[in-house]
Amino acid sequence: MHLTLRIWRQQSAPVPGRFITYQVQDVTPDMSFLEMLDALNEDLLSREEPPVAFEHDCREGICGSCGFLINGVAHGGQRGTTVCQLSMRFFKEGDSLTLEPWRARAFPVIRDLIVNRSAFDRILQAGGFISAPTGSAPDANAILVPKEAADTAFDAAACIGCGACVAACPNAAAMLFTSAKITHLNSLPQGQPQRDQRTLSMVVAMANEGFGSCTNHGECEAVCPKEIPLEFIGKMNRDLMRAVWRRHREPLVIPGIVQHPLHEDAGTEEGRS
Amino acid sequence: MLEARIPSGPIEQQWDKCRSEMKLVNPANRRKHSIIVVGAGLAGAAAAATLGQQGYHVHCFSYHDTPRRAHSIAAQGGINAAKNYRNDGDSIVRLFHDTVKGGDFRAREANVYRLAQISVNIIDQCVAQGVPFAREYGGLLDTRSFGGVQVQRTFYARGQTGQQLLLGAYQALEEQVAAGTVTMHIRSELLDVVIVNGRARGIVTRDLVTGHIDCHAADVVVLATGGYSNVFYLSTNAKASNCTAIWRAHRRGALCGNPCFTQIHPTCIPLSSEHQSKLTLMSESLRNDGRVWVPKKKGETRAAKDIPENERDYYLESRYPSFGNLVPRDVASRNAKEVCDEGRGVGPHGQGVYLDFAEAIHRLGLETVREKYGNLFDIYQRITGEDAYTVPMRIYPAPHYTMGGLWVDYHLMSTIPGLFVGGEANFSDHGANRLGASALMQGLADGYFILPYTVPDYLASTALDPVDVSHAAFTATKAEVKERIEALVAVKGKRSPDSFHRELGKMMWDHCGMARSDAGLRKALARIPELREEFWHNLRIVGGDDELNQTLEKANRISDFLELAELMCRDALDRTESCGGHFRVESHTPEGEAQRDDAHFSYTAAWEWQGSGQAPALHKEPLTFEYVPLSQRSYK
Repeated sequence: MHLTLRIWRQQSAPVPGRFITYQVQDVTPDMSFLEMLDALNEDLLSREEPPVAFEHDCREGICGSCGFLINGVAHGGQRGTTVCQLSMRFFKEGDSLTLEPWRARAFPVIRDLIVNRSAFDRILQAGGFISAPTGSAPDANAILVPKEAADTAFDAAACIGCGACVAACPNAAAMLFTSAKITHLNSLPQGQPQRDQRTLSMVVAMANEGFGSCTNHGECEAVCPKEIPLEFIGKMNRDLMRAVWRRHREPLVIPGIVQHPLHEDAGTEEGRS
Repeated sequence: MLEARIPSGPIEQQWDKCRSEMKLVNPANRRKHSIIVVGAGLAGAAAAATLGQQGYHVHCFSYHDTPRRAHSIAAQGGINAAKNYRNDGDSIVRLFHDTVKGGDFRAREANVYRLAQISVNIIDQCVAQGVPFAREYGGLLDTRSFGGVQVQRTFYARGQTGQQLLLGAYQALEEQVAAGTVTMHIRSELLDVVIVNGRARGIVTRDLVTGHIDCHAADVVVLATGGYSNVFYLSTNAKASNCTAIWRAHRRGALCGNPCFTQIHPTCIPLSSEHQSKLTLMSESLRNDGRVWVPKKKGETRAAKDIPENERDYYLESRYPSFGNLVPRDVASRNAKEVCDEGRGVGPHGQGVYLDFAEAIHRLGLETVREKYGNLFDIYQRITGEDAYTVPMRIYPAPHYTMGGLWVDYHLMSTIPGLFVGGEANFSDHGANRLGASALMQGLADGYFILPYTVPDYLASTALDPVDVSHAAFTATKAEVKERIEALVAVKGKRSPDSFHRELGKMMWDHCGMARSDAGLRKALARIPELREEFWHNLRIVGGDDELNQTLEKANRISDFLELAELMCRDALDRTESCGGHFRVESHTPEGEAQRDDAHFSYTAAWEWQGSGQAPALHKEPLTFEYVPLSQRSYK
């Protein structure tokens, strides 16, 4: 089959980018989407043009490296599928596809379809862990975890950190990502001692990175390749309320947000303290 | 030359003895020591996090954009531990026996025993971190069985155990980054190791975004950079997995142990098109419930469902009645190859065997099967377009893991003092064949529980001169690295890096894959230098070395595969016995199983680099088996 691809080309962060149109011939249905791009890149190389830079690694949908928008949809629109697992069977002869990188202030473009997602690591650093220094653990079966809790924790921990949720959100919110990690750790008995601190810190970190807030569009859930459910955002908000309530002896202002110059309503936060 | 530093005394006391004799670093002095950890997969992230917790200043390097992308993430099945929670006769000794035997008696007994001992601590550690392992309704941990063993000692988190264990290590690592003990260097690829006065004192890296070549000095260097199955081009490894770090260290003097020992995993989705960029693993756990079969008749054209029961050959069950579908990987792979070579393979190219769940669905019900293996069936469906709940899966072996790697002593130190190697990157504990669910165990054992003892011991017992990046050794190494990168860009030939990689991979698969012959290996050994020559004269890279250039990254990695491939073939040619995954067609039992030659080959082959175009020198570390008596492996 033959396809027309409009691809975002941007040599580096400071250089303005633009769309360039390419024709791709001889695409077969058993190719994956990235194998189709491999073929395009081999062709570009043979013509001494720079290949399209895109991130990918495991090509099994688990490492979270890959991801870009295809016709405006993160990972291309097949439910529960990363773009590396998207098969060309999903497309038809003559399709015209626009490929562009994740678009979010917190994810600056590095080159072509590659963006910088280090903001996710910094959210994790704020509290996305259970402090258990090596060697200090009790016997594994000393901690009973109800199967339901383990299952919920797993459903949340399935997040691969690809950033599709942010790219799909009209507000570029990272709430699905953040709530997945909070739900994973807060669902487990091991996660209880740091539960409140974790929730507060991660929510603050998320805001400080310049991500937006959730206004219940649900686009994140729709594109999530691991089908992380929207309800985890609700869980996170409940945990946030719990954390704020239980820490009532301290100022109710979440530290960090007030000072953030990007928030227009920063002034009103003062009144709450 | 090869001093393995195995502690004396009974095997069950060796690790304790070793630890109690180690020198310690005072907590106040730890922050004065800097440690470089290259790689942030299970072994690297676990080591960096733990050394950070102890108070050392750690610099951790990854070529990914975040440590969570490391290929450990793709491990599916599980992690072994001798917990005996099932009360089914498991013990440390049993895990030790299984691993030595599974590795076809080509691993070091002392290391394997330690691995089995530590396995129980790993599960404790991971649970404490919040790894969501599968649970029983009572809240206790669930386990399942895996190939090559007869107890249920494999802990798992659905079909994504590697992901969950890596996230645990990654979270511990990020906690240390926040605490300031670990500095993460992302999108940063090691291009050389710097040796000062005979000791590893730093590395040279390339920033993959800007192309800057940077020097980093430290007191000690740990490599945890994974395996080299991508030498076959098509493998289950992630696309970027490569041998550059261990190969550059090898060229600086680190010996390479058993490079030809590679694992061909029996349950992968067969190759379907010439464009295919990688092969996808279907977890071995599927063999717990799936039944492997091919038609009895050659050239069968009927669909699976139309072949009656009595015309099916459940060849693993009939040939290996006591282990059945759960024979070790090397045995399962070799048998699949045999039946396909006989012309009884299934699927478009006849390169596949059925893995059938009809009986399991009948016995357990569709829902139970879905809960156990749902994500794997989904992956299969996406790639092949077939529904494995209604038609049998088709599987075929694919390169998956490399038991070979840099030779290390009991302390996991290579032959370069101050250069430690952990995880799949070292030649380690699996001998000639790794058992399922043992890679995660070894990576985490090295990272959490061995390196954090042996690296400080090295620091405490070594007089280290202050060295920084202005030292002449750094300047010289950096110049060599720059020259090599510039040379790649300057070739300006006609062929893409991938075309060289595909050609090399095909050659390695044909001649150094599941079956290896004297003639085939010699053919490859003649052809590889020619291909390398062409690579350096006809390679095409577009763009420069001062920008993000994925073609250059690939070419750089392939340049090392082209050298490593030759060593693998040489090692395979030299070892005329068959053992584990190394099957020399000249050496088999009357039943067609691998025939070891203990009189001549009971050793680890450790190869020393002698310079470009020079034959490497072979050193031998003799292997003795005091605790697991040498025997012909039998899974019948």
